[in-house]
Amino acid sequence: MSDTFVSLTDLTLSYGQTVAVPNLNLDIVEGELIALLGPSGCGKTTTMRAIAGLLTPASGRIMIDGTDVTRTPANKRGIGLVFQSYALFPHLSAFENVAFGLRLQKLSDAQVRAKTEAGMATVGLTGFETRKPAEMSGGQQQRLALARSLVMQPKVLLLDEPLSNLDARLRLEMRNELQRVQKDTGITMVFVTHDQSEALALADRIVLMKDGKIEQLGKPADLYAKPATAFAAEFMGFENIFRVDGTDLVSDTGRLSMGFAAQANMLAWRPSGVSVGAGPHKGRVLASSFAGGHREYVLESPIGQIKADAPIETPEVTLGQEVAFDLPRETARHLVA
Amino acid sequence: MSRLTIWVILGVTLTFLIGPFLIVIFAGMSAGEALAFPPQGLSLKWYAKVFTVESFRASFALSLFLAIFGTLAALAIGIPAAYALNRYDLPGAEMIRTIVAAPIIVPGIIVGLALLRYFVVPLDVTITMALFVTHAALVLPYAVRVVSSSLNNLRSDMEEAAVILGCTRFQAFTKVVLPNIRGGILAAFILGFVTSFNEVPASLFLSGPGVRTLPIDMLSYMEITFDPSVAALSALLAFMSVAIVFIAERLLGFSRYV
Repeated sequence: MSDTFVSLTDLTLSYGQTVAVPNLNLDIVEGELIALLGPSGCGKTTTMRAIAGLLTPASGRIMIDGTDVTRTPANKRGIGLVFQSYALFPHLSAFENVAFGLRLQKLSDAQVRAKTEAGMATVGLTGFETRKPAEMSGGQQQRLALARSLVMQPKVLLLDEPLSNLDARLRLEMRNELQRVQKDTGITMVFVTHDQSEALALADRIVLMKDGKIEQLGKPADLYAKPATAFAAEFMGFENIFRVDGTDLVSDTGRLSMGFAAQANMLAWRPSGVSVGAGPHKGRVLASSFAGGHREYVLESPIGQIKADAPIETPEVTLGQEVAFDLPRETARHLVA
Repeated sequence: MSRLTIWVILGVTLTFLIGPFLIVIFAGMSAGEALAFPPQGLSLKWYAKVFTVESFRASFALSLFLAIFGTLAALAIGIPAAYALNRYDLPGAEMIRTIVAAPIIVPGIIVGLALLRYFVVPLDVTITMALFVTHAALVLPYAVRVVSSSLNNLRSDMEEAAVILGCTRFQAFTKVVLPNIRGGILAAFILGFVTSFNEVPASLFLSGPGVRTLPIDMLSYMEITFDPSVAALSALLAFMSVAIVFIAERLLGFSRYV
């Protein structure tokens, strides 16, 4: 790709003897918002720290904007990082927190003031200049941390679990804020998250990681609709995943005939892809909960538990009752284990 | 437990803590010539006499010098040591921590004897120098401990944030770490100052002719003269310590750190 902006080549990252990320290759395009998604321990944070320069790679190369920065120290990389804990300086006012990096540059006081004020205005914190971080709410601290990074005009902005410390309402607000800032500044952003809904909502592209390797990389819609592996499918909400043997689904507890052959060795269904009330199979209702537009069932079947969402219009099945269900061919996702 | 029992226990505890202090204050206010309690008549003449004793003035100056500079020296070593122990995964860190704490556990008299036998005599150092080194060493554990506990409360990602914003590691330390552990450093200084000022056992071995710390000077004064001036001086020193700790508590919540 010609417009590659950040490029990780054969990157191996380790903590002492433990290799956290073996041989990673990833190209990030200028101006894109990319999510490193995965469970804890998948190497996403380690990769982010390596891009920031807080961790020296065991081997491999990191290129940013055409320059090899593999050995460039963190304070000379021109990269921004918003920490999960925000890492604001408690002894400084909000203004001085934002001005901190600018004061290290050879700028006049007037320039520092102008840039700091503009930065605080960008995140809507005008008027909070004299507050100490401890006197600000979680959302305000988050935006302050963002402003502190943005005023440095970083080439790449890294964000570590940017929404994890916020409550549901602030999360939505901050998500919009990040998208707006990204659109306004055109800055390349890489954020780390373990929450697939966050990644799906925010990212242009998602890098799904597992055990230090890229499991799947793609646009949110593609990843959501077409996870390639069982791991990716599970992460994207396919809660019913079963092994295939001929035209049967098999598990440790039993088998279930599908009546069609799979193109791969695993099949997966979202709860919304399972139909309840009619079908060739029988299951007993173990749990049932109302979820607004649909009802969530857990069914006990010969191959284990099946999670199924039934539209609210369909008649309710009470706990302990047997119900017919179907794992339709049309909603099945064929996977390679 | 009944309320009465609690009050009795509290009363006994307070008597044990404050009783000797009150006795010393009043013994020093005696109008008589010998140290006695209850005092024979009341007067402040012994309090006044303290300031006229030449050796007290000299030993007070020495003790003050040792308390200030010994503690500063301990901090100069202790702050980086605490930082290294806290931030880096050093091999044998646990052992280093134990060694650093040793002077608190080992009786001062053993420290004094060891230093005299294997440091002062073979190296022929001056008494003042020997006292300075000893006091710095005795205060070091407190410096490391108190500074460590305030470093523990400071998240290390704050330094990383400073580095990402352009600081060198050293700048991150001076601009971010130091301002945030200022309270702990001040607390360590006060604790060190008081510890050094009140130190007797090790100083006993190292004091020499004409060069004595104040507590040692008071001991030897009492061997010759048994007048109430020592009680008066003790009371004054106790007031000084109380005042220092009181001011420290007011200014920075001293008790949070110790």
